[in-house]
Amino acid sequence: MPTPSELEMNRRDLMVIACACAAFSTTAAGARAQPAPVGKPVLSEVSFNVNGRIHKLELDTRTTLLDALREHLHLTGTKKGCDHGQCGACTVLVDGQRINSCLTLAIMNQGSEVTTVEGLGGVDDLHPMQAAFVKHDGFQCGYCTPGQICSAVAVLDEIKAGIPSHVSADLTGPMALTETEIRERMSGNICRCGAYSNIVEAITEVAGRRG
Amino acid sequence: MRAFSYEKAASPAEAAAAAASDRDARFIAGGTNLLDLMKLQIEAPTHLIDVNGLGLDTIAPTTDGGLRIGALVRNTALAADERVRRDYAVLSRALLAGASGQLRNRATTAGNLLQRTRCPYFYDTAQPCNKRQPGSGCSAIDGFSRQLGVVGISDTCIATHPSDMAVAMRALDATVETVKPDRSTRSIPVADLHRLPGKTPHVETVLERGELITAVTLPKPAGGTQIYRKVRDRASYAFALISVAAIVQRDGSGRIALGGVAPKPWRVEKAEAELPRGAKAATEAILAGAKPTHDNAFKLPLVERTLGAVLTQARG
Amino acid sequence: MKFDKPATANPIDRLQVIGQPHDRIDGARKVTGTARYAYEQHDVVPNQAYGYVIGAGIAKGRIASIELDAARKAPGVLAIVTAKEAGNLKKGPRNTARLLAGPEVEHYHQAVALVVAESFEQARAAASLIKVEYAAAKGAFDLAAAKDRATKPEGDDPSLKDTHVGDFVDAFASAPVSLDETYTTPDESHAMMEPHATLAAWEGDRLTLWTANQMVAWGVTDMATTLGIPKQNIRIVSPFIGGGFGGKLFLRADVLLAALGARLAQRPVKVALTRPLMANNTTHRPATIQRIRLGATKEGKLTAIGHESWSGDLKGGGPEVAVQQTRLLYAGANRMTAMRLAELDLPEGNAMRAPGEAPGLMALEMAMDEMAEKLGMDPIAFRLLNDTQVDPEKPGRPFSMRRLDECFKLGAERFGWSRRSERVGQMREGNWLIGLGVATAFRNNLVMKSGARVSLDAEGIVTVETDMTDIGTGSYTIIGQTAAEMLGVDLEKVVVKLGDSAFPVSAGSGGQWGGNSSTAGVYAACVKLREAVAQKLGINSTEAVFAGGEVKAGNRSLPLKSAAEAGPLTGEDTIEYGDLDETHQQSTFGAHFVEVGVDAATAETRVRRMLAVCAAGRILNPKTARSQVIGAMTMGAGAALMEELAVDKRRGFFVNHDLAGYEVPVHADIPHQDVVFLDEADPMSSPMKAKGVGELGICGVGAAVANAIYNATGVRVRNYPITLDKLLPRMPEAA
Repeated sequence: MPTPSELEMNRRDLMVIACACAAFSTTAAGARAQPAPVGKPVLSEVSFNVNGRIHKLELDTRTTLLDALREHLHLTGTKKGCDHGQCGACTVLVDGQRINSCLTLAIMNQGSEVTTVEGLGGVDDLHPMQAAFVKHDGFQCGYCTPGQICSAVAVLDEIKAGIPSHVSADLTGPMALTETEIRERMSGNICRCGAYSNIVEAITEVAGRRG
Repeated sequence: MRAFSYEKAASPAEAAAAAASDRDARFIAGGTNLLDLMKLQIEAPTHLIDVNGLGLDTIAPTTDGGLRIGALVRNTALAADERVRRDYAVLSRALLAGASGQLRNRATTAGNLLQRTRCPYFYDTAQPCNKRQPGSGCSAIDGFSRQLGVVGISDTCIATHPSDMAVAMRALDATVETVKPDRSTRSIPVADLHRLPGKTPHVETVLERGELITAVTLPKPAGGTQIYRKVRDRASYAFALISVAAIVQRDGSGRIALGGVAPKPWRVEKAEAELPRGAKAATEAILAGAKPTHDNAFKLPLVERTLGAVLTQARG
Repeated sequence: MKFDKPATANPIDRLQVIGQPHDRIDGARKVTGTARYAYEQHDVVPNQAYGYVIGAGIAKGRIASIELDAARKAPGVLAIVTAKEAGNLKKGPRNTARLLAGPEVEHYHQAVALVVAESFEQARAAASLIKVEYAAAKGAFDLAAAKDRATKPEGDDPSLKDTHVGDFVDAFASAPVSLDETYTTPDESHAMMEPHATLAAWEGDRLTLWTANQMVAWGVTDMATTLGIPKQNIRIVSPFIGGGFGGKLFLRADVLLAALGARLAQRPVKVALTRPLMANNTTHRPATIQRIRLGATKEGKLTAIGHESWSGDLKGGGPEVAVQQTRLLYAGANRMTAMRLAELDLPEGNAMRAPGEAPGLMALEMAMDEMAEKLGMDPIAFRLLNDTQVDPEKPGRPFSMRRLDECFKLGAERFGWSRRSERVGQMREGNWLIGLGVATAFRNNLVMKSGARVSLDAEGIVTVETDMTDIGTGSYTIIGQTAAEMLGVDLEKVVVKLGDSAFPVSAGSGGQWGGNSSTAGVYAACVKLREAVAQKLGINSTEAVFAGGEVKAGNRSLPLKSAAEAGPLTGEDTIEYGDLDETHQQSTFGAHFVEVGVDAATAETRVRRMLAVCAAGRILNPKTARSQVIGAMTMGAGAALMEELAVDKRRGFFVNHDLAGYEVPVHADIPHQDVVFLDEADPMSSPMKAKGVGELGICGVGAAVANAIYNATGVRVRNYPITLDKLLPRMPEAA
């Protein structure tokens, strides 16, 4: 997590850039850049908050949020496993919800708050979920791990918010925090190394700690 | 992926007008299927009209006791809506059986209806596919067709519609509301939204160029016991081999729609009269005229057995 | 260091650090996303360009023409590599097909071109403008159809030869109880989460490759051969690898094309294979057809064991060695094995986790279950009756250690095996038919020459350098633990540097040899460093005890770091092996226990419980070793229930070539998994007394699932994967 001083600085940055952005989007509204006949890249400005810091980028419209993070911001914690929404390695939190960052364009996320695995915690200040993954060896090669962790954090929020799942016995009651629920809700994150059993233990431990 | 320009539409009608003026324009909502296909050059728009942010993301009661679901309501939000959970459980269950938590957070109601087939030959641009490239032939009919359709198909295409949600909506007699580029609106029963392939498998719906889905309305609750049973090889995050959406009343009458067997959510109202006679009779009526391949002939007994289990469960 | 006599007591035996369940030392980096994989080396060289690979659209034939003009003119394009631009390339000995097609196409999605552009989006867009015309040729794509044309594998490798012991034909014919069944396993894909990826940069005639490769030294050698440049001009860096399972053992198209693209564009170029390309462009586990014949006395003693396997590969390739475990697993006087190889034009078959044993045991251990039923015996009792402590082909050659019986006995008790109904289809919970199954896990322990360099600095920091890789196996951690144990320091004082061809050549990661062999290499280097330290401190090295950051001898005790006051000390050595693996059969063993539920109506199978009891020598880190086993059990469950590369037998390719089509297990498929390691140390294997464990877990588990399904339903399916469509026709009426 960012230190308090970083947060303050970020808030100031945010205000300044937010103003600039508003001006940009006003002038840009309604304007429609035409693609060149040979398919010349169409550039578009976008700004979003990643891990508490505002980033303003000029991107090829084709750039996914995933590639914006990895190739432009060099936040390579978010992984490209399939680029087609079939593996979950690219899972990030956007405005608090987990999504596959490979299947959304960066420009569709104007003004969003994005949290990647780097934003959850660093090597010296691990998020409880990151620490539980280490303790329970909830990974092997590590490539699906950031996506698993982002997903796991969101899953606990979803259960708390009462969002049902495929395995919820009762659609209308409060949602139970069982291993079966965790497994179903985590199923969009494939781990080919097969650390599932350990991942569920890590998530269960964090869930218990949260009460 | 070709370069494309991008606009955020200002209103549904303007979005429709913009789409009509450009043959190579597409609406983008959740993006979870369109971007997937664009990366493979199966869809190649040069202009994207972003319809997020048009206020089409609310669920409201209708005057006749039903629900009006905005086209941009996300799958998660729809599945979790209290009214849907209480009164349209089959829809909630169908949504939750589909995709993954991440995908459901972005995928939209209209996008889910309009998603394209998952036939592997459609997805491989080196292979002939009448749906992707009209007239090129169908690689699937004599190829690997385990996942593909058994009924409603044609000799040009045996692709299935992959949605779970749409199957439940078919059972619920949902209606699609649209706006056309000329600002006129119309209602289309979900039953009529998707076209069978015939000789034109690339034409998948009755929507006109530029026509934008704005909402899906559900009639007043159908009551009964509502079940969505999805059958698949792995336990989650997989497309259906087959699925059964059932609304079964105390008197044994009911509605059945099937997924994974046809180019559209498959329901044969006439066949529902057979329900009191049991799963075998009902299945025979629903799948009358089925033409399975060697690979997917198992879907017929599978439907029968699954329907049998669903009816047993419904009758408690 | 030559390891040619059984290990005696050594510092590893203290087990202060090694053998302990330490968290991974690279764990914090992996969970924070700061471990950098091949495609993520943004800061190592400036000005990186992006490459996008195009795969062939036919399985066999010739490229008639390639139209590049439109792509060349596309925005951002810097270079396009095809066979023409690539010039004269040779083929590395470990590749069967060439990595770049042209004019011949040898398999579907064989790379045809690489587009290099300023951005990924531009490279991908330009790639879609390249028009390739092919002249397709007829190919063979159907193993079953090609089976009768299959021939004996060529070459001198004794493991490929037919084997005959005693008189199998007569013994089988006269056996009172016999079985003759045919089993099939499908083509499978490694489907590791990180796609094959490489960043290539030239500096003059020197090439650096940041890539994902399990075997760094093989990569260097094969790249040098392929490009025709000296080995010393190539450096491979592979610090983190996002899964391999055998799929990253060899040089692949990403490496070659990144290097060629970088040379042509005169820029560093990075290339990742797209997911839809991976199944056909890279290697896979080949399908098998296996015939097993077993003959036994009425009491259940095996008298005849026959195992034949047919598989296919491209011309010049090899068979899936699915019979190799059958030569060693059970006693029986009369035995035969044989493999036949059919020439197929499907993509290249090669090693995938436990090549040979994984599909071989899926068949053999199902056959053993069937035979036990014929004999009216408990499947565990039948196996133990035919257990052996010696190589059944050479009774004078003992196993170094073999505790299969203990694995079964402990497992049976822990799993509640006695609750299993001997009659099929007897256990039911609601809509679920419940069944229990067992199978033997068996995988040979291979030892490989392995080198390392270990240095000590004045701060007391120990640094290990070796080109060993960590593909998720925990190499960083067990190597660190080994060095810490040998030098008597805390694990925190050890820095481990891996995956760089600038470091001493190691065993690499494959064949479950990496853990034991690479730590043995570190052991050897540490012995050298200990000698250097002792000499520096004026202590007799044979008396020196390294513990607690001190070096003690007699009454003297000196800080370890004091030895490096005048400058770092380094020890470098390579472990090499004598013939202990010839005089003794070294293998790892286990017992898999599985409980499944099969839906009475739909025949969907879900695994409910899994237990593996393993005997695999000394366990260097119980936490990471357990992860290896549960991961392999997961992959084995996938092989049993869902994994199959679907072959289009007309067009010659794997149709379901992405992660939506090729289903691997997800969270919801896998229950809590229980793993027990027997406490053992095998002095024949290495000074570490460890053996491999990374592949043992997948061996047999598929058959245990299959046997559990049979126990639940009474339906025996001999064609993997056991999907519901194969069960349905014979399922009991759903009540």
